[in-house]
Amino acid sequence: MEETRKKLLDSKEIDNSLKRLAHELAERIESINDLVIIGIRTRGEFIALRLAELVKKISGNQIPTGFLDVTFYRDDFRERLIQPQIKGSSISFSIDGKVVVLADDVLFTGRTIRAAMNEIMDYGRPSSLALAVLVDRGHREMPIKADFVGKNIPTSDIEHVVVRLSEVDNEDGVYLLKHD
Amino acid sequence: MGFLKNKDLIGLADLEKEDIGLILQHAKSFREVLNRPIKKVPTLQGKTIANLFFENSTRTRISFELAQKRLSADSVNFAASSSSLKKGESFKDTVRNIEAMKIDCVVMRHPSPGAHIQLQNYIDSVIVNAGDGSHEHPTQGLLDIMSLLEVKKKLKGVKVAIVGDISHSRVARSNIHGFLKMGAKITLCGPPNLIPMDIRELGLDINCDINEVLSWAEAVNVLRIQRERQGTRNIPSVREYRGLYGVTKERIERLKKEIVIMHPGPINRGVEIDSDVVDSENAIVLDQVLTGVAVRMAVLYLLLGDKPQGL
Repeated sequence: MEETRKKLLDSKEIDNSLKRLAHELAERIESINDLVIIGIRTRGEFIALRLAELVKKISGNQIPTGFLDVTFYRDDFRERLIQPQIKGSSISFSIDGKVVVLADDVLFTGRTIRAAMNEIMDYGRPSSLALAVLVDRGHREMPIKADFVGKNIPTSDIEHVVVRLSEVDNEDGVYLLKHD
Repeated sequence: MGFLKNKDLIGLADLEKEDIGLILQHAKSFREVLNRPIKKVPTLQGKTIANLFFENSTRTRISFELAQKRLSADSVNFAASSSSLKKGESFKDTVRNIEAMKIDCVVMRHPSPGAHIQLQNYIDSVIVNAGDGSHEHPTQGLLDIMSLLEVKKKLKGVKVAIVGDISHSRVARSNIHGFLKMGAKITLCGPPNLIPMDIRELGLDINCDINEVLSWAEAVNVLRIQRERQGTRNIPSVREYRGLYGVTKERIERLKKEIVIMHPGPINRGVEIDSDVVDSENAIVLDQVLTGVAVRMAVLYLLLGDKPQGL
C-alpha cells in the first residue's frame, strides 16, 4: 500500500485562516462578553487557545477557554484500532448562559462533535452552542454543521486530512494523505 | 496500548506497572467527572454489574455502586445475609444463576482467599475482586497508590511504612505488590507474631520498632487492628497494642517532620491511631475515599468498555 502526502496549508495559511475565523467570531457573535471557546482535545485545544488570543486582539475581551476530552462519550470505539490517549476535560468556569463555541481541527463524520455536545451539556446550560473548525473535509454521518470554517477541503474515502500544530508537533501544516 | 492485559482484576500481583499507570491516568479523568454538576458519563450504558458481597462492607460496596452508576451502568446488589445461601444454595449455583441473567461483570467480596479464581471456573463474566479473605483487595491498593501519588508527585524511592496486623490484611498485600511495582520502598511494622517473616522475599523490610519506622517513613498506612483478634491470643490487649504500635499524637509530634498519614478504614480511634493524628492536615483519609470511586470507575471502564474488533 502506497501512501502519498501532500501539504495543503502551510503555517502562514493556517494563521490567515484562524485570523479570519477570529474576525468572524468577533463580528457574528452579538454578546461577545458571554463568549467562551471550548477546544476538543487533542489539537482542538490549541485551535481554541489561538482563536481566543486572536479574538482578544480584535475585541479587547479576555475570552475564557476550556477543553473537552470526549473519550467517554464516543460511539465509535469499535472503529478505532488505537485507543486515544486520555487527557481529561477541564472547564474551570460555569457555562450557564454563555455562548459556547466548540473548536476542533478537522470536521469529518461529525461523531466527535455529537459526543462533545453531549458532554458539554453535562457541564451546564449554555445560551447557545456553535462550532468552529480549521478544516471541513465533508462526509458527514450526523446532522452536524460547522458555523465557522477555516478551509473546506473535499476528500474521498481513501484520503485522510491530518493537521499538525507547533504546540505539539514540530510544525504547523495541514496535509492530505492518500492510500493507493 | 489502552487496555489491561487480563480480562479480570483479581490482584495487583497480576498487574504490570504499565497497567497501574493506565488505571491511574483514567482515574484522574474520572475524578474530574465527579466534580461536575452532572456527575455521569454514558460510557458503560447497557452494561450490568452484579455486586456480590459475601462479607460486610460499607465503604467498598457503596464506592463500587457509585462508580457503576456514574458510568451509567446498571448495578444489582447481592447481600449474603438475605440470600438463598441461607437456604443452603451453593456458591456455584448462586453465581451461575446470577450470570444466567446476562450479567456483564461480577464484583465480589468473599471471605475465602482465591474465591475469585474459583469463580473464573464457573462464569464467563468479567470479575473484579473487592477483597478475598486475607489475599488481596486490589482496588484499595490502587486508590492508596493514587492518593499518595497526589501528595508526593512520584513514588520511586518513596519510603512507605505499613503498620498493623499484616498477616490477616488483604490491604497490606495489595499495597505491597502495588507500591513495590511503582518503585517505592516498604517497611512493615507490627506485632512479630502477626507478620509473616518470609514476606521479606518480596523485596521489603520488617522492623517492629514503631518509633524507628515512623522516623524512617515518608508515609504510613495504618491498618485497623481487628478487635475480634483480641480474644484469640493474637494480641494481649488493645491497650498493649496501642502502647507498642499505636500511631499516637506523641509519636508523631516527636518526629518533627511531616509524614503522610493513611488509613483504609474503618478507624478504631484511640487504638491503632489517635484522633488527633487521623484528623490532622497530613492525613489523607477522606481524599482516599473520593479517589476510591474514581479508581473503581477507571477499573470498570477499562475492563468493560467496548474494545475495537480484532483485539
